Amino acid sequence: MKIAGIKINTSRLALYLLAIAITIVMLMPFAWMLSASLKLNREVFQFPIHWIPPHPRWQNYIDIWTKIPLTTFIYNTAKITIIVTLLQLLTSSFAAYAFAKLRFPHRDLLFLGYVATIAMPWQVYMVPQFLMMREMGLYNTHLAIICLQAFTAFGVFLMRQFYMSIPDELCEAARVDGMSEYRIWWNIMLPLSRPALSTLTIFTFVFAWNDFLGPMIYLTKTELKTIQIGLRMFISQYSAEYGLIMAASVVALVPVLAVFLVLQRFFVEGIASSGLKG
Amino acid sequence: MVASTPSNGGQKPARRRALSRRQRKLRSYLVAYSFIAPNFAGFAIFTLGPILFAFALAFMHWDGSNHIGFAGLDNFWKLFHDAGFIAAFWNTIIYTAFSVPLTMVCALGLAILLNQKLAGRNFFRTAAFFPYVASLVAVAVVWNMLFNPEMGPVNMILYTFGVDPKDLPGWAADKDWAMVTIILFGIWKNMGYFMVIYLAGLQGINAELYEAADLDGATAWQKFWNVTLPQLTPTTFFVSVMLTIQSFKVFDQVFMITQGGPGTSTLVLVYHIYNEAFISWDLGYSSMVALVLFLLVLVVTVVQFRLTREE
Repeated sequence: MKIAGIKINTSRLALYLLAIAITIVMLMPFAWMLSASLKLNREVFQFPIHWIPPHPRWQNYIDIWTKIPLTTFIYNTAKITIIVTLLQLLTSSFAAYAFAKLRFPHRDLLFLGYVATIAMPWQVYMVPQFLMMREMGLYNTHLAIICLQAFTAFGVFLMRQFYMSIPDELCEAARVDGMSEYRIWWNIMLPLSRPALSTLTIFTFVFAWNDFLGPMIYLTKTELKTIQIGLRMFISQYSAEYGLIMAASVVALVPVLAVFLVLQRFFVEGIASSGLKG
Repeated sequence: MVASTPSNGGQKPARRRALSRRQRKLRSYLVAYSFIAPNFAGFAIFTLGPILFAFALAFMHWDGSNHIGFAGLDNFWKLFHDAGFIAAFWNTIIYTAFSVPLTMVCALGLAILLNQKLAGRNFFRTAAFFPYVASLVAVAVVWNMLFNPEMGPVNMILYTFGVDPKDLPGWAADKDWAMVTIILFGIWKNMGYFMVIYLAGLQGINAELYEAADLDGATAWQKFWNVTLPQLTPTTFFVSVMLTIQSFKVFDQVFMITQGGPGTSTLVLVYHIYNEAFISWDLGYSSMVALVLFLLVLVVTVVQFRLTREE
Protein backbone atom coordinates (compact mmCIF):
# COMPACT_ATOMS: atom_id res chain seq x y z
CA MET A 1 0.00 0.00 0.00
CA LYS A 2 1.24 3.48 -0.88
CA ILE A 3 0.00 6.68 0.70
CA ALA A 4 1.40 10.01 -0.52
CA GLY A 5 4.47 8.31 -1.87
CA ILE A 6 5.35 6.55 1.41
CA LYS A 7 5.24 2.80 1.30
CA ILE A 8 3.28 1.43 4.22
CA ASN A 9 3.32 -2.18 5.17
CA THR A 10 -0.31 -3.01 5.96
CA SER A 11 0.43 -5.88 8.33
CA ARG A 12 2.82 -3.71 10.35
CA LEU A 13 0.21 -0.99 10.43
CA ALA A 14 -2.28 -3.52 11.81
CA LEU A 15 0.24 -4.52 14.51
CA TYR A 16 0.67 -0.91 15.56
CA LEU A 17 -3.06 -0.30 15.65
CA LEU A 18 -3.54 -3.40 17.78
CA ALA A 19 -0.76 -2.41 20.17
CA ILE A 20 -2.19 1.09 20.50
CA ALA A 21 -5.72 -0.22 21.06
CA ILE A 22 -4.54 -2.56 23.85
CA THR A 23 -2.50 0.21 25.44
CA ILE A 24 -5.56 2.43 25.51
CA VAL A 25 -7.58 -0.28 27.28
CA MET A 26 -4.78 -0.85 29.80
CA LEU A 27 -4.24 2.83 30.58
CA MET A 28 -7.77 4.19 30.20
CA PRO A 29 -8.73 3.67 33.87
CA PHE A 30 -5.64 5.61 34.94
CA ALA A 31 -6.39 8.45 32.54
CA TRP A 32 -9.94 8.55 33.83
CA MET A 33 -8.69 8.55 37.42
CA LEU A 34 -6.32 11.44 36.76
CA SER A 35 -8.97 13.39 34.92
CA ALA A 36 -11.65 12.79 37.58
CA SER A 37 -9.23 13.82 40.34
CA LEU A 38 -9.33 17.36 38.94
CA LYS A 39 -13.11 17.61 38.72
CA LEU A 40 -16.07 18.58 40.85
CA ASN A 41 -18.26 15.67 41.91
CA ARG A 42 -21.01 16.57 39.49
CA GLU A 43 -18.54 16.74 36.58
CA VAL A 44 -17.05 13.30 37.18
CA PHE A 45 -19.78 11.30 35.46
CA GLN A 46 -20.54 13.77 32.68
CA PHE A 47 -20.87 12.11 29.30
CA PRO A 48 -19.30 12.46 26.78
CA ILE A 49 -16.18 12.40 28.93
CA HIS A 50 -14.14 15.60 29.16
CA TRP A 51 -10.71 14.02 29.39
CA ILE A 52 -9.10 17.35 30.12
CA PRO A 53 -11.24 19.13 32.73
CA PRO A 54 -12.21 22.61 31.50
CA HIS A 55 -11.60 24.06 34.97
CA PRO A 56 -9.06 21.78 36.67
CA ARG A 57 -9.76 21.71 40.40
CA TRP A 58 -6.34 21.49 42.03
CA GLN A 59 -8.08 22.16 45.34
CA ASN A 60 -8.92 18.41 45.47
CA TYR A 61 -5.23 17.67 45.99
CA ILE A 62 -5.10 20.11 48.90
CA ASP A 63 -8.35 18.99 50.53
CA ILE A 64 -7.43 15.31 50.78
CA TRP A 65 -4.59 16.06 53.18
CA THR A 66 -6.99 17.62 55.69
CA LYS A 67 -9.93 15.21 55.29
CA ILE A 68 -7.89 12.16 56.32
CA PRO A 69 -4.45 11.80 57.96
CA LEU A 70 -2.89 11.04 54.59
CA THR A 71 0.59 12.13 55.74
CA THR A 72 0.50 9.57 58.56
CA PHE A 73 -0.70 6.83 56.22
CA ILE A 74 2.05 7.56 53.71
CA TYR A 75 4.69 7.73 56.44
CA ASN A 76 3.53 4.39 57.90
CA THR A 77 3.48 2.71 54.51
CA ALA A 78 6.85 4.11 53.47
CA LYS A 79 8.41 2.97 56.76
CA ILE A 80 7.05 -0.58 56.48
CA THR A 81 7.80 -0.86 52.77
CA ILE A 82 11.40 0.34 53.03
CA ILE A 83 12.24 -1.87 56.01
CA VAL A 84 10.60 -4.91 54.40
CA THR A 85 12.37 -4.35 51.10
CA LEU A 86 15.80 -3.92 52.73
CA LEU A 87 15.37 -6.97 54.97
CA GLN A 88 14.11 -9.02 52.07
CA LEU A 89 17.00 -8.08 49.75
CA LEU A 90 19.60 -8.65 52.45
CA THR A 91 18.41 -11.93 53.95
CA SER A 92 17.28 -13.44 50.63
CA SER A 93 20.50 -12.80 48.76
CA PHE A 94 22.47 -13.93 51.80
CA ALA A 95 20.62 -17.25 52.07
CA ALA A 96 20.54 -17.68 48.30
CA TYR A 97 24.33 -17.49 48.15
CA ALA A 98 24.61 -20.54 50.40
CA PHE A 99 21.98 -22.45 48.43
CA ALA A 100 23.66 -21.67 45.11
CA LYS A 101 27.40 -21.69 45.83
CA LEU A 102 28.15 -23.53 49.07
CA ARG A 103 28.01 -27.22 49.91
CA PHE A 104 26.54 -28.40 53.18
CA PRO A 105 24.44 -31.31 54.44
CA HIS A 106 20.70 -31.28 53.59
CA ARG A 107 21.13 -28.31 51.29
CA ASP A 108 18.76 -29.54 48.60
CA LEU A 109 16.21 -30.83 51.10
CA LEU A 110 16.14 -27.47 52.85
CA PHE A 111 15.78 -25.65 49.56
CA LEU A 112 12.95 -27.95 48.52
CA GLY A 113 11.20 -27.07 51.79
CA TYR A 114 11.47 -23.41 50.90
CA VAL A 115 10.19 -23.88 47.36
CA ALA A 116 7.26 -26.02 48.48
CA THR A 117 5.89 -23.15 50.55
CA ILE A 118 5.86 -20.78 47.55
CA ALA A 119 2.82 -22.67 46.28
CA MET A 120 1.18 -22.42 49.71
CA PRO A 121 -1.19 -19.44 49.67
CA TRP A 122 -0.65 -17.09 52.59
CA GLN A 123 -4.41 -17.18 53.15
CA VAL A 124 -4.13 -20.83 54.25
CA TYR A 125 -2.09 -19.91 57.32
CA MET A 126 -3.01 -16.27 57.89
CA VAL A 127 -5.34 -17.15 60.78
CA PRO A 128 -2.85 -19.16 62.89
CA GLN A 129 -0.18 -16.59 62.01
CA PHE A 130 -2.45 -13.87 63.34
CA LEU A 131 -3.10 -15.80 66.57
CA MET A 132 0.62 -16.34 67.06
CA MET A 133 1.46 -12.68 66.44
CA ARG A 134 -1.27 -11.67 68.87
CA GLU A 135 0.29 -13.95 71.53
CA MET A 136 3.64 -12.28 70.85
CA GLY A 137 2.04 -8.88 71.51
CA LEU A 138 2.40 -7.77 67.90
CA TYR A 139 -1.28 -7.00 67.24
CA ASN A 140 -1.59 -3.38 66.17
CA THR A 141 2.13 -2.95 65.57
CA HIS A 142 4.02 -2.33 62.35
CA LEU A 143 6.48 -4.99 63.38
CA ALA A 144 3.82 -7.65 62.68
CA ILE A 145 3.49 -6.54 59.05
CA ILE A 146 7.26 -6.36 58.68
CA CYS A 147 7.77 -9.85 60.10
CA LEU A 148 5.18 -11.42 57.89
CA GLN A 149 6.46 -9.85 54.67
CA ALA A 150 10.22 -9.73 55.03
CA PHE A 151 11.21 -13.41 54.96
CA THR A 152 9.67 -14.96 51.90
CA ALA A 153 10.63 -18.16 50.17
CA PHE A 154 10.01 -16.37 46.90
CA GLY A 155 12.90 -13.97 47.48
CA VAL A 156 15.33 -16.77 48.27
CA PHE A 157 14.16 -18.73 45.24
CA LEU A 158 14.50 -15.78 42.88
CA MET A 159 18.00 -14.87 44.05
CA ARG A 160 19.18 -18.47 44.09
CA GLN A 161 18.08 -19.01 40.49
CA PHE A 162 20.06 -15.95 39.45
CA TYR A 163 23.20 -16.98 41.36
CA MET A 164 23.05 -20.40 39.69
CA SER A 165 23.69 -18.65 36.37
CA ILE A 166 26.93 -17.08 37.68
CA PRO A 167 29.87 -19.42 36.96
CA ASP A 168 31.28 -21.25 40.01
CA GLU A 169 34.81 -20.56 38.77
CA LEU A 170 34.40 -16.95 39.79
CA CYS A 171 33.89 -17.93 43.44
CA GLU A 172 36.60 -20.59 43.26
CA ALA A 173 39.13 -18.03 42.03
CA ALA A 174 38.20 -15.64 44.81
CA ARG A 175 38.51 -18.41 47.42
CA VAL A 176 41.95 -19.29 46.15
CA ASP A 177 42.90 -15.64 46.54
CA GLY A 178 41.95 -15.97 50.19
CA MET A 179 38.64 -14.10 50.16
CA SER A 180 36.17 -15.18 52.82
CA GLU A 181 32.70 -16.31 51.73
CA TYR A 182 31.21 -13.14 53.20
CA ARG A 183 33.52 -10.97 51.12
CA ILE A 184 32.75 -12.98 47.98
CA TRP A 185 29.05 -12.41 48.58
CA TRP A 186 29.53 -8.71 49.20
CA ASN A 187 32.22 -7.86 46.63
CA ILE A 188 31.41 -10.24 43.80
CA MET A 189 27.89 -11.64 43.97
CA LEU A 190 25.94 -8.56 45.02
CA PRO A 191 27.34 -6.26 42.30
CA LEU A 192 26.72 -8.96 39.67
CA SER A 193 23.14 -9.58 40.73
CA ARG A 194 21.80 -6.11 40.08
CA PRO A 195 19.08 -7.32 37.66
CA ALA A 196 17.79 -9.91 40.14
CA LEU A 197 17.97 -7.45 43.02
CA SER A 198 15.99 -4.95 40.97
CA THR A 199 13.36 -7.53 40.18
CA LEU A 200 13.08 -8.49 43.82
CA THR A 201 12.93 -4.83 44.82
CA ILE A 202 10.03 -4.18 42.45
CA PHE A 203 8.14 -7.23 43.64
CA THR A 204 8.72 -6.61 47.34
CA PHE A 205 8.16 -2.88 47.19
CA VAL A 206 4.99 -3.22 45.14
CA PHE A 207 3.67 -6.03 47.29
CA ALA A 208 4.37 -4.29 50.59
CA TRP A 209 3.08 -0.93 49.37
CA ASN A 210 -0.14 -2.40 47.95
CA ASP A 211 -0.82 -5.06 50.57
CA PHE A 212 -4.34 -4.83 51.83
CA LEU A 213 -5.46 -7.93 53.71
CA GLY A 214 -2.42 -8.04 56.04
CA PRO A 215 -2.71 -4.45 57.32
CA MET A 216 -6.50 -4.79 57.43
CA ILE A 217 -6.24 -7.73 59.84
CA TYR A 218 -3.40 -6.38 61.98
CA LEU A 219 -3.81 -2.61 62.07
CA THR A 220 -7.07 -1.28 63.48
CA LYS A 221 -5.85 2.00 64.98
CA THR A 222 -6.12 4.91 62.57
CA GLU A 223 -2.68 6.27 63.45
CA LEU A 224 -1.10 2.94 62.45
CA LYS A 225 -2.91 2.40 59.16
CA THR A 226 -1.20 2.14 55.80
CA ILE A 227 -2.16 4.02 52.68
CA GLN A 228 -4.24 1.17 51.25
CA ILE A 229 -6.50 0.69 54.26
CA GLY A 230 -6.49 4.45 54.79
CA LEU A 231 -7.67 4.93 51.23
CA ARG A 232 -10.30 2.26 51.76
CA MET A 233 -11.46 4.04 54.94
CA PHE A 234 -11.66 7.30 53.00
CA ILE A 235 -13.71 5.64 50.25
CA SER A 236 -16.25 4.28 52.70
CA GLN A 237 -16.48 7.54 54.68
CA TYR A 238 -16.80 9.90 51.74
CA SER A 239 -18.32 7.55 49.16
CA ALA A 240 -19.84 10.37 47.11
CA GLU A 241 -16.74 12.60 47.03
CA TYR A 242 -15.62 11.21 43.70
CA GLY A 243 -13.08 13.91 42.91
CA LEU A 244 -11.38 13.60 46.30
CA ILE A 245 -11.33 9.79 46.16
CA MET A 246 -9.66 9.92 42.78
CA ALA A 247 -7.10 12.47 43.98
CA ALA A 248 -6.23 10.26 46.98
CA SER A 249 -5.96 7.25 44.65
CA VAL A 250 -3.53 9.12 42.41
CA VAL A 251 -1.40 9.96 45.46
CA ALA A 252 -1.41 6.27 46.50
CA LEU A 253 -0.25 5.23 43.02
CA VAL A 254 2.62 7.67 42.48
CA PRO A 255 5.36 6.02 44.62
CA VAL A 256 4.83 2.63 42.98
CA LEU A 257 4.87 4.24 39.56
CA ALA A 258 8.15 5.98 40.41
CA VAL A 259 9.91 2.84 41.66
CA PHE A 260 8.60 0.87 38.74
CA LEU A 261 9.75 3.36 36.10
CA VAL A 262 13.22 3.66 37.64
CA LEU A 263 13.77 -0.09 37.81
CA GLN A 264 11.67 -1.43 34.94
CA ARG A 265 14.54 -1.78 32.46
CA PHE A 266 15.91 -4.55 34.66
CA PHE A 267 12.59 -6.22 34.82
CA VAL A 268 12.29 -8.49 31.81
CA GLU A 269 15.93 -9.48 32.23
CA GLY A 270 15.37 -10.27 35.90
CA ILE A 271 12.32 -12.44 35.31
CA ALA A 272 13.95 -14.15 32.36
CA SER A 273 16.98 -15.15 34.37
CA SER A 274 15.17 -16.21 37.51
CA GLY A 275 11.59 -17.26 37.07
CA LEU A 276 11.74 -20.09 34.61
CA LYS A 277 14.93 -22.02 34.33
CA GLY A 278 14.59 -24.77 36.92
CA MET B 1 47.39 -20.14 41.78
CA VAL B 2 48.18 -23.81 41.68
CA ALA B 3 50.88 -23.32 44.27
CA SER B 4 48.45 -22.14 46.90
CA THR B 5 45.99 -25.06 46.73
CA PRO B 6 46.07 -27.26 49.84
CA SER B 7 47.44 -30.33 48.00
CA ASN B 8 50.59 -28.41 47.20
CA GLY B 9 51.87 -28.15 50.77
CA GLY B 10 54.56 -25.86 52.06
CA GLN B 11 53.17 -22.49 51.02
CA LYS B 12 49.88 -22.61 52.96
CA PRO B 13 49.48 -20.25 55.92
CA ALA B 14 50.36 -21.93 59.19
CA ARG B 15 46.93 -21.44 60.76
CA ARG B 16 45.24 -23.25 57.94
CA ARG B 17 47.57 -26.21 58.17
CA ALA B 18 46.74 -26.53 61.84
CA LEU B 19 43.09 -27.25 61.08
CA SER B 20 42.40 -30.82 60.16
CA ARG B 21 40.38 -31.64 57.07
CA ARG B 22 37.37 -32.42 59.25
CA GLN B 23 37.56 -29.17 61.14
CA ARG B 24 37.80 -27.23 57.91
CA LYS B 25 34.75 -29.02 56.57
CA LEU B 26 32.79 -28.28 59.74
CA ARG B 27 33.84 -24.66 59.52
CA SER B 28 32.63 -24.38 55.97
CA TYR B 29 29.29 -25.87 56.98
CA LEU B 30 28.96 -23.35 59.77
CA VAL B 31 29.69 -20.52 57.35
CA ALA B 32 27.00 -21.88 55.01
CA TYR B 33 24.46 -22.13 57.81
CA SER B 34 25.28 -18.60 58.94
CA PHE B 35 24.26 -17.40 55.46
CA ILE B 36 20.92 -19.14 55.71
CA ALA B 37 20.18 -18.44 59.37
CA PRO B 38 18.77 -14.88 59.23
CA ASN B 39 16.24 -15.67 56.54
CA PHE B 40 15.48 -19.14 57.82
CA ALA B 41 14.76 -17.93 61.36
CA GLY B 42 12.15 -15.49 60.13
CA PHE B 43 10.80 -18.00 57.65
CA ALA B 44 10.50 -20.78 60.24
CA ILE B 45 8.80 -18.62 62.85
CA PHE B 46 6.43 -16.67 60.64
CA THR B 47 5.68 -19.13 57.84
CA LEU B 48 6.56 -22.72 58.68
CA GLY B 49 5.21 -22.58 62.23
CA PRO B 50 1.83 -21.11 61.28
CA ILE B 51 1.49 -23.65 58.44
CA LEU B 52 1.83 -26.54 60.88
CA PHE B 53 -0.45 -24.77 63.34
CA ALA B 54 -3.04 -24.35 60.56
CA PHE B 55 -3.27 -28.09 59.97
CA ALA B 56 -3.78 -28.75 63.68
CA LEU B 57 -6.29 -25.93 64.11
CA ALA B 58 -8.55 -27.42 61.42
CA PHE B 59 -9.36 -30.23 63.86
CA MET B 60 -9.97 -27.96 66.86
CA HIS B 61 -12.77 -25.82 68.25
CA TRP B 62 -11.55 -22.36 69.22
CA ASP B 63 -12.95 -18.86 69.39
CA GLY B 64 -9.58 -17.28 70.03
CA SER B 65 -10.01 -16.52 73.74
CA ASN B 66 -11.49 -19.51 75.63
CA HIS B 67 -10.04 -23.02 75.85
CA ILE B 68 -9.10 -24.91 72.73
CA GLY B 69 -11.06 -28.15 72.34
CA PHE B 70 -10.44 -31.12 70.12
CA ALA B 71 -13.08 -31.27 67.41
CA GLY B 72 -12.21 -34.42 65.54
CA LEU B 73 -13.92 -34.27 62.17
CA ASP B 74 -16.67 -31.85 63.26
CA ASN B 75 -15.29 -29.02 61.16
CA PHE B 76 -14.99 -31.33 58.18
CA TRP B 77 -18.64 -32.46 58.34
CA LYS B 78 -19.73 -28.86 58.80
CA LEU B 79 -18.39 -28.04 55.32
CA PHE B 80 -21.18 -30.06 53.73
CA HIS B 81 -23.97 -28.24 55.59
CA ASP B 82 -22.56 -24.75 55.17
CA ALA B 83 -24.32 -23.03 52.25
CA GLY B 84 -21.73 -20.23 52.38
CA PHE B 85 -18.87 -22.68 51.92
CA ILE B 86 -20.59 -24.50 49.07
CA ALA B 87 -21.27 -21.23 47.25
CA ALA B 88 -17.70 -20.04 47.89
CA PHE B 89 -16.25 -23.33 46.66
CA TRP B 90 -18.12 -23.26 43.34
CA ASN B 91 -17.58 -19.54 42.82
CA THR B 92 -13.84 -20.04 43.29
CA ILE B 93 -13.88 -22.88 40.75
CA ILE B 94 -15.87 -20.77 38.27
CA TYR B 95 -13.56 -17.80 38.73
CA THR B 96 -10.52 -20.02 38.17
CA ALA B 97 -12.02 -21.90 35.22
CA PHE B 98 -12.60 -18.64 33.34
CA SER B 99 -9.80 -16.39 34.47
CA VAL B 100 -6.91 -18.86 33.99
CA PRO B 101 -7.41 -19.71 30.29
CA LEU B 102 -8.55 -16.20 29.36
CA THR B 103 -5.60 -14.53 31.08
CA MET B 104 -3.19 -17.03 29.49
CA VAL B 105 -4.50 -16.42 25.97
CA CYS B 106 -4.44 -12.64 26.43
CA ALA B 107 -0.95 -12.70 27.96
CA LEU B 108 0.47 -14.94 25.22
CA GLY B 109 -1.14 -12.88 22.46
CA LEU B 110 0.18 -9.68 23.97
CA ALA B 111 3.67 -11.19 24.42
CA ILE B 112 3.81 -12.28 20.76
CA LEU B 113 2.62 -8.85 19.65
CA LEU B 114 5.13 -6.98 21.81
CA ASN B 115 7.96 -9.32 20.86
CA GLN B 116 7.79 -7.90 17.30
CA LYS B 117 10.17 -5.14 16.38
CA LEU B 118 7.82 -2.22 16.94
CA ALA B 119 8.87 1.34 17.60
CA GLY B 120 7.94 2.28 21.18
CA ARG B 121 7.80 -1.38 22.14
CA ASN B 122 9.10 -0.68 25.63
CA PHE B 123 6.37 1.87 26.21
CA PHE B 124 3.70 -0.63 25.17
CA ARG B 125 5.20 -3.26 27.49
CA THR B 126 5.34 -0.87 30.42
CA ALA B 127 1.75 0.21 29.81
CA ALA B 128 0.53 -3.39 29.77
CA PHE B 129 2.42 -4.17 32.95
CA PHE B 130 1.32 -1.13 34.89
CA PRO B 131 -2.10 -2.39 36.09
CA TYR B 132 -0.28 -5.27 37.80
CA VAL B 133 1.78 -2.97 40.02
CA ALA B 134 -0.98 -0.42 40.61
CA SER B 135 -2.67 -0.29 44.01
CA LEU B 136 -5.70 -2.54 43.98
CA VAL B 137 -7.73 -0.27 46.23
CA ALA B 138 -7.17 2.63 43.85
CA VAL B 139 -7.89 0.77 40.62
CA ALA B 140 -10.87 -1.08 42.09
CA VAL B 141 -12.56 2.18 43.00
CA VAL B 142 -12.01 3.49 39.45
CA TRP B 143 -13.31 0.21 38.10
CA ASN B 144 -16.44 0.58 40.24
CA MET B 145 -17.00 4.06 38.87
CA LEU B 146 -16.34 3.09 35.25
CA PHE B 147 -18.75 0.17 35.55
CA ASN B 148 -21.35 2.03 37.57
CA PRO B 149 -24.66 0.73 36.12
CA GLU B 150 -26.44 4.11 36.11
CA MET B 151 -23.73 6.72 35.52
CA GLY B 152 -20.59 4.84 34.50
CA PRO B 153 -18.90 5.57 31.16
CA VAL B 154 -18.90 1.88 30.16
CA ASN B 155 -22.68 1.64 30.16
CA MET B 156 -22.89 5.10 28.58
CA ILE B 157 -20.74 3.86 25.72
CA LEU B 158 -22.84 0.70 25.37
CA TYR B 159 -25.91 2.91 25.33
CA THR B 160 -24.56 5.15 22.57
CA PHE B 161 -23.83 2.00 20.56
CA GLY B 162 -27.54 1.26 20.72
CA VAL B 163 -27.88 -1.18 23.61
CA ASP B 164 -31.36 -0.87 25.06
CA PRO B 165 -31.30 0.72 28.56
CA LYS B 166 -33.21 -2.30 29.89
CA ASP B 167 -30.49 -4.65 28.59
CA LEU B 168 -27.55 -2.71 30.01
CA PRO B 169 -25.62 -4.97 32.39
CA GLY B 170 -25.79 -4.13 36.10
CA TRP B 171 -22.13 -5.23 36.50
CA ALA B 172 -21.14 -5.49 40.18
CA ALA B 173 -24.68 -4.80 41.37
CA ASP B 174 -26.29 -7.60 39.35
CA LYS B 175 -25.94 -11.18 40.57
CA ASP B 176 -25.62 -12.48 37.01
CA TRP B 177 -22.93 -9.98 36.06
CA ALA B 178 -20.96 -9.59 39.30
CA MET B 179 -18.69 -12.57 38.62
CA VAL B 180 -18.12 -11.37 35.04
CA THR B 181 -17.03 -8.00 36.44
CA ILE B 182 -14.60 -9.67 38.84
CA ILE B 183 -13.17 -11.90 36.09
CA LEU B 184 -12.71 -9.00 33.66
CA PHE B 185 -10.98 -7.00 36.37
CA GLY B 186 -8.64 -9.90 37.15
CA ILE B 187 -7.65 -10.32 33.51
CA TRP B 188 -7.00 -6.61 33.07
CA LYS B 189 -4.96 -6.43 36.27
CA ASN B 190 -2.85 -9.57 35.86
CA MET B 191 -2.24 -10.15 32.16
CA GLY B 192 0.72 -7.76 32.01
CA TYR B 193 2.68 -9.80 34.52
CA PHE B 194 2.18 -13.06 32.66
CA MET B 195 2.97 -11.27 29.41
CA VAL B 196 6.42 -10.48 30.82
CA ILE B 197 6.95 -14.15 31.69
CA TYR B 198 5.85 -15.19 28.20
CA LEU B 199 8.19 -12.58 26.70
CA ALA B 200 11.06 -14.16 28.59
CA GLY B 201 10.00 -17.56 27.23
CA LEU B 202 9.73 -16.28 23.66
CA GLN B 203 13.19 -14.76 23.84
CA GLY B 204 14.57 -18.12 24.90
CA ILE B 205 13.42 -19.88 21.71
CA ASN B 206 16.25 -20.73 19.35
CA ALA B 207 15.97 -18.52 16.24
CA GLU B 208 17.28 -21.37 14.05
CA LEU B 209 14.01 -23.21 14.57
CA TYR B 210 12.18 -20.38 12.84
CA GLU B 211 14.78 -20.24 10.07
CA ALA B 212 14.32 -23.95 9.44
CA ALA B 213 10.55 -23.48 9.37
CA ASP B 214 10.95 -20.62 6.88
CA LEU B 215 13.03 -22.88 4.61
CA ASP B 216 10.18 -25.40 4.68
CA GLY B 217 7.82 -22.63 3.61
CA ALA B 218 5.79 -22.63 6.84
CA THR B 219 3.12 -19.98 7.30
CA ALA B 220 3.08 -17.73 10.36
CA TRP B 221 0.22 -19.80 11.76
CA GLN B 222 2.10 -23.09 11.24
CA LYS B 223 5.17 -21.62 12.91
CA PHE B 224 3.06 -20.64 15.89
CA TRP B 225 1.56 -24.13 16.28
CA ASN B 226 4.67 -26.16 15.47
CA VAL B 227 7.49 -24.06 16.88
CA THR B 228 6.32 -21.37 19.28
CA LEU B 229 3.75 -23.29 21.31
CA PRO B 230 5.76 -26.52 21.80
CA GLN B 231 8.87 -24.51 22.67
CA LEU B 232 6.88 -22.53 25.22
CA THR B 233 5.65 -25.63 27.10
CA PRO B 234 7.76 -25.00 30.24
CA THR B 235 6.63 -21.36 30.30
CA THR B 236 3.02 -22.34 29.81
CA PHE B 237 3.31 -24.81 32.66
CA PHE B 238 4.78 -22.19 34.96
CA VAL B 239 2.18 -19.61 33.96
CA SER B 240 -0.75 -22.00 34.38
CA VAL B 241 0.39 -23.10 37.85
CA MET B 242 1.00 -19.53 39.02
CA LEU B 243 -2.30 -18.33 37.60
CA THR B 244 -4.27 -21.20 39.09
CA ILE B 245 -2.84 -20.62 42.55
CA GLN B 246 -3.46 -16.91 42.23
CA SER B 247 -7.05 -17.49 41.11
CA PHE B 248 -7.82 -19.88 43.94
CA LYS B 249 -6.75 -17.32 46.49
CA VAL B 250 -8.58 -14.37 44.95
CA PHE B 251 -9.84 -12.01 47.66
CA ASP B 252 -8.84 -8.33 47.46
CA GLN B 253 -10.67 -7.55 44.24
CA VAL B 254 -13.84 -9.29 45.48
CA PHE B 255 -13.68 -7.43 48.78
CA MET B 256 -13.20 -4.14 46.97
CA ILE B 257 -15.68 -4.51 44.11
CA THR B 258 -18.61 -6.65 45.29
CA GLN B 259 -18.01 -7.63 48.96
CA GLY B 260 -18.96 -11.15 47.91
CA GLY B 261 -22.42 -10.13 46.77
CA PRO B 262 -25.02 -9.63 45.57
CA GLY B 263 -26.19 -12.48 47.79
CA THR B 264 -23.41 -15.03 47.62
CA SER B 265 -22.83 -14.63 43.87
CA THR B 266 -19.16 -13.67 44.24
CA LEU B 267 -18.36 -15.16 47.66
CA VAL B 268 -15.00 -16.95 47.26
CA LEU B 269 -13.04 -19.30 49.53
CA VAL B 270 -10.63 -16.74 50.99
CA TYR B 271 -13.54 -14.40 51.68
CA HIS B 272 -15.24 -17.21 53.56
CA ILE B 273 -12.05 -17.94 55.52
CA TYR B 274 -11.83 -14.27 56.41
CA ASN B 275 -15.49 -14.11 57.50
CA GLU B 276 -15.35 -17.29 59.56
CA ALA B 277 -12.12 -16.23 61.28
CA PHE B 278 -12.36 -12.50 61.84
CA ILE B 279 -16.13 -11.95 61.85
CA SER B 280 -17.48 -15.19 63.43
CA TRP B 281 -14.24 -16.11 65.31
CA ASP B 282 -14.76 -19.77 64.45
CA LEU B 283 -11.02 -20.32 64.04
CA GLY B 284 -11.05 -24.11 63.74
CA TYR B 285 -13.67 -24.08 61.02
CA SER B 286 -11.96 -21.29 59.11
CA SER B 287 -8.78 -23.37 59.14
CA MET B 288 -10.74 -26.31 57.75
CA VAL B 289 -11.87 -24.12 54.84
CA ALA B 290 -8.24 -23.03 54.44
CA LEU B 291 -7.26 -26.68 54.29
CA VAL B 292 -9.71 -27.18 51.42
CA LEU B 293 -8.07 -24.25 49.64
CA PHE B 294 -4.67 -25.84 50.18
CA LEU B 295 -5.84 -29.22 48.85
CA LEU B 296 -7.32 -27.56 45.76
CA VAL B 297 -4.00 -25.87 45.03
CA LEU B 298 -2.11 -29.10 45.66
CA VAL B 299 -4.30 -31.27 43.44
CA VAL B 300 -4.26 -28.83 40.54
CA THR B 301 -0.50 -28.34 40.75
CA VAL B 302 0.15 -32.08 40.77
CA VAL B 303 -2.25 -32.68 37.85
CA GLN B 304 -0.66 -29.91 35.80
CA PHE B 305 2.77 -31.29 36.59
CA ARG B 306 1.73 -34.77 35.40
CA LEU B 307 0.17 -33.41 32.21
CA THR B 308 3.29 -31.48 31.24
CA ARG B 309 5.48 -34.48 31.94
CA GLU B 310 3.46 -36.72 29.65
CA GLU B 311 3.87 -34.27 26.81
